[in-house]
Amino acid sequence: MSDPIIKIENMNKWFGDFQVLKDINLEVEKNKKIVVCGPSGSGKSTLIRCINRLEEHQKGTIVVDGNELTENTKNIEAIRAEVGMVFQQFNLFPHLSILDNCTLAPVWVKKMPKKAAEELAMKQLEQVQIVDQASKFPGQLSGGQQQRCAIARALCMEPKIMLFDEPTSALDPEMIKEVLDAMVNLAKAGMTMIVVTHEMGFAKEVADEVIFMDEGMIVEKAETKEFFANPKSDRTKLFLSQIL
Amino acid sequence: MNKLNFLKPDIDNLNTYLYSGIFLIFIAILDVSFNSFLKTNITNFLPNSISFILPLILGAIGFHLIRIEFSGIKNLDLLNKNINTNTFNAVLTLLIIFAIIKSIPPFLSWFFIDATISGDTKEACTGTGACWTYIKIWLNRFIYGMYPNELQWRINISFIALIGLAFIGLLPSEKVKKFLTLYYVVIYPIIAFILIYYLISGGSLGLEWVETGAWGGLSLTFIVSFFCLIFCFPIGMFLALGRRSDLPTVRYISIGFIEFWRGVPLITVLFMSSVMFPMFLPEDFFMDKLVRVIIAISLFEAAYVAEVIRGGLQALPRGQYDAAKSLGMGYWKMYIFVILPQALKLVIPGIANTFLALVKDTPLIFVVGLLEIVGMLNLAKTNPKWLGYAMEGYVFAAIIFWIICYAMSKYSYNLEIKYKTDR
Repeated sequence: MSDPIIKIENMNKWFGDFQVLKDINLEVEKNKKIVVCGPSGSGKSTLIRCINRLEEHQKGTIVVDGNELTENTKNIEAIRAEVGMVFQQFNLFPHLSILDNCTLAPVWVKKMPKKAAEELAMKQLEQVQIVDQASKFPGQLSGGQQQRCAIARALCMEPKIMLFDEPTSALDPEMIKEVLDAMVNLAKAGMTMIVVTHEMGFAKEVADEVIFMDEGMIVEKAETKEFFANPKSDRTKLFLSQIL
Repeated sequence: MNKLNFLKPDIDNLNTYLYSGIFLIFIAILDVSFNSFLKTNITNFLPNSISFILPLILGAIGFHLIRIEFSGIKNLDLLNKNINTNTFNAVLTLLIIFAIIKSIPPFLSWFFIDATISGDTKEACTGTGACWTYIKIWLNRFIYGMYPNELQWRINISFIALIGLAFIGLLPSEKVKKFLTLYYVVIYPIIAFILIYYLISGGSLGLEWVETGAWGGLSLTFIVSFFCLIFCFPIGMFLALGRRSDLPTVRYISIGFIEFWRGVPLITVLFMSSVMFPMFLPEDFFMDKLVRVIIAISLFEAAYVAEVIRGGLQALPRGQYDAAKSLGMGYWKMYIFVILPQALKLVIPGIANTFLALVKDTPLIFVVGLLEIVGMLNLAKTNPKWLGYAMEGYVFAAIIFWIICYAMSKYSYNLEIKYKTDR
């Protein structure tokens, strides 16, 4: 067995007096796909935002690809360049065209030549099937197209890990499928992924493991089949009975 | 034929109502126009008070008659929907029309018909209108201040060169376009400074030195505004970033700076820059008062610019910061490529506002003895040979400032359109 690419030990986080994450322990191996589910307010988003330090944790350790997350900003920027993230609200840069959205970080963070970055971007946009929209601006695209562009933008940094923070929650039902398809393709290509989502169909199709969180704690962590077939805790059973 | 009902115009007799209504309104406007332009009262056979109020009554009845809903005539419907919804609005409309008609003749006669522009002395101005001779004679001073006449070519050349160089951005060549931002932000101001320092100020290269106290008029307005605009913008931007910084020292220094400069009146700042500031300098150190004034105004306006930009920074959703960070961008890359371009686009109207205020604040530099265009006007109007023409001077200055500010406002509006990419 290989070393885990993400290793979280006894991680705790507070917002003021309110403890959002309690004693989180999690190991993710390379090329594994983890789906995180749970009711809203359970700390799922906060957990994955801690992994690339968009949120700071107060106690415990997080090690990403051999680097521990600390105050050191150089270190954080290096880790963020290796960890791609896709947000619920897409968060594309509205003042840049789709192509420029994708090339901005490779050119300025990874110092890639502009030509090479554009070729890479076109390749990634082709993967998510919006290559014909490359010269448009985000405001001219549908939600599903924007989210696929956001995936392509993250992939242009050639990350080792991809984090998805409820990528389909802000989309019309019709557009959810096109985004999920792009994510399934990515999973099949062998990317390490942590996905916060309520799409249980997606979890069944691609996830290796499913984590159920409630009130800032990991309640249950099991292989996908096991998770859906015989959940152990009562809380998980209740949750599954309500959403399936 | 349907029965006419005077109180309730209806669509069946559309033409009857329409023509009689328009006729009455026409009579009303004609009466006022005769009164205003020809000074004759065509209704003077009536008692005075009735004659005075008659056009309003006729007009109101006229508007009542044409108030027909869904007439099918596009312009009439538009009129009824917007200004002729009820009698009160109709009367207000009439009053405004009458007020405009009444005010045109006095304005025209003062400005053009009775105005004088010939001659070289006050004695030429015998009419009751404006004395443009005064402006004509003093025009040279209003533009160049006390700058020696025989050296004014130096100002002309500098300004023509600068205006010409400003249009380099219109060159179609792709090669040049890459460097445009650098050119306008750094190179152009340096060229402007060199031109002003060597050509307008002189003192070297065999050119006679002209002290800044002699500069003045419109050219000084331009010089002061230009440099203040250029300096206050970057300073304001850094202050805005500083005020939102996570580092307490930077944040508190920025807050202190902004609140200090926003809290004091510009006129006291200018006064202190000329009187108190030199006391803090070493004895043999000399800083020209024009430079001191430009620094003072720049710092003063920078505080306002900072707050305007901060508004733009706060308007951006947090997701933009998250997205930039998640792509591995550091603080400066995030601000330069993601945050500032969006924030600055949002605050173009606010920045334009501040810049217009800055240009219109420049006359205050009279407190340190620098006389730009309004300062020169004040000087000219107290000249014993030309007493009593303040009005012409201020109207002239108002027109000049309006042209400058309208051009700036138009330009800022164009920028807004140019950078509009979303929605």
